[in-house]
Amino acid sequence: MATAFAHPRKRSWQHIASETIRQLIVYTLLLVLGIAIMLPLLWTLSSSLKPAGAGTRFPPEFIPKVFVWDNYPHVFRMIPFMTFFRNSVIVSSLAVLGELLSASLVAFSFARLRFPGRNFLFLLVLATMMIPYPVTMVPTFIMFKMLHMVGSFLPLVLPPYFGPAFSIFLLRQFFATINLELDEAAKVDGAGEFLIYSRIVLPLSKPVLATVAIFSFMANWNDFLNPLIYLGDSNMYTLALGVNFLRSFRGGGDLPLQMAASVMFIAPCVLLFIIAQRSIVMGIVTTGIKG
Amino acid sequence: MAHVQAKSDRIGAARWRLLKITNRQREAMVGYLFLSPWLLGFLIFLVGPMVASIYLSLTEYKVIKAPVWIGLANYVRMFSDELFYHSMQVTVTYTALSVPLGIVAALGVAVLLNQRIVASGLFRTIFYLPSVISGVAVAIVFAWIFNFRFGILNYFLSLVGIPGPNWLGHPRWTLWAFVLMSLWGIGGNVIIFLAALQGVPVPLYEAAKIDGAGNWRRFWAITLPMISPAILFVLIMGVIGTFQTFTQSYVMTGGGPANATLFYLFYLYKNAFNWFEMGYASAMAWVLFLVIMVCTLLLWRSSARWVYYESGAEGGR
Repeated sequence: MATAFAHPRKRSWQHIASETIRQLIVYTLLLVLGIAIMLPLLWTLSSSLKPAGAGTRFPPEFIPKVFVWDNYPHVFRMIPFMTFFRNSVIVSSLAVLGELLSASLVAFSFARLRFPGRNFLFLLVLATMMIPYPVTMVPTFIMFKMLHMVGSFLPLVLPPYFGPAFSIFLLRQFFATINLELDEAAKVDGAGEFLIYSRIVLPLSKPVLATVAIFSFMANWNDFLNPLIYLGDSNMYTLALGVNFLRSFRGGGDLPLQMAASVMFIAPCVLLFIIAQRSIVMGIVTTGIKG
Repeated sequence: MAHVQAKSDRIGAARWRLLKITNRQREAMVGYLFLSPWLLGFLIFLVGPMVASIYLSLTEYKVIKAPVWIGLANYVRMFSDELFYHSMQVTVTYTALSVPLGIVAALGVAVLLNQRIVASGLFRTIFYLPSVISGVAVAIVFAWIFNFRFGILNYFLSLVGIPGPNWLGHPRWTLWAFVLMSLWGIGGNVIIFLAALQGVPVPLYEAAKIDGAGNWRRFWAITLPMISPAILFVLIMGVIGTFQTFTQSYVMTGGGPANATLFYLFYLYKNAFNWFEMGYASAMAWVLFLVIMVCTLLLWRSSARWVYYESGAEGGR
């Protein structure tokens, strides 16, 4: 803009022309890339409504001539979908609850209480995020096996109650921005730390708590490796396992059924994303920039 | 707010003078108490298993019988285990391909979104959407997309006259299919880069413009250095993540064809949970840990040369 002012007559039409071309290129690229990104999802949706055997037809159809809605009920007839769904809801919600409770308490301590070794311990929390899960995977499995918990939801649900590092970090960053004088004022009124935590800090932190809850929900809903390791009985399967399980059935190898099951499996996360996009973006930016 | 502080000081002054030390100690005790969930978790789910893992890696342990001490035999065994080498090679190749390509792609999209455009929110939504979808669902859907004869990818290629390869059926192409699939999930990094781009001070660009710097020059001389901390973060997290690739190969290819997608973690999983070689799997886990640590450290050390921190002190935190 500075240049436009410097040479008003000479540059303006050139400037407009080059700006238009630039915009055109930007929009074309975005449109092409956007379509490419959306295509697999749209194709999943359309394939879930195709007739049986559509997976082995060439050229592939993009919009089915007749919508076969029956693919959805068919999935319910093939696998105990509602059981899997219920299992996923139980595991995910218990995990979210544990993560919110424990991480917020720990983050409160890091952000607003003073004790020796606080900075070192917080660095330790950050360092644990770098440790790859496979390192602890085998011994943790053996531990749960010794406790006779393998086959139950406990190995999936318990760890979040012990302060997951990522959420501690996210919450601490937010808690540290809340005015400390609020705590002082509450202390004058005789409030203890727990009251400050539950009555002042938590109510002021609803957006970031939502972010943590969403990330935790999605991670648990989508988790595949842990359910695979810990859940042996198919009645205990979460939906992530169940959707894959469908493929082992006779007729479950067909495209429309798999896509119908996939659509129902991803729907909660997609809906959650559409509703709470702002919280998600905030969470990613916090970890990526301040991290 | 200042008067609140003053009031608290006045009222608390006498008490503070008397109980200064105990008050502090009390706060510290409450601090540790609130910290206890994490401290317990740290011991139960991290330190404990890590110590146990070191021990197990020095034993032969097949679950049904007690672990038998075999010293470094598991580590020695890796040297002659072809599948160990192979799975490491697959994983390193995949990481070396998908992480840099993913960063370039995410940065490109972020730069596009950072132009003054209408509906930028909508585009951001579109690019991030795949990231909320689970590995299983992605794997199932892409297994169909990559289908040699009936998949839509090869259909599109055939439209422009390219005979599509047997993506998941030929060892030469499978890893490329996985890389393509990974590019679908760059949305999170796009958001990180976009936020970083929006944090670059506009006056810098204007000053460069007055000095006659063109678009490219400005991008290389201002944008890239200014967002290099974000690039380092995405790079390190990307490497740590891709070294742990599992679900895609388990669901899509079962490690095949001809072990072309036998990722390290998949091979480790097979050792631990299919063949109950818990000792060997533990040793493998430590090797993975070391490799990831070395990569992270190398990236971190190299960052002194290419990552620019504005205030110097803010680095990495």
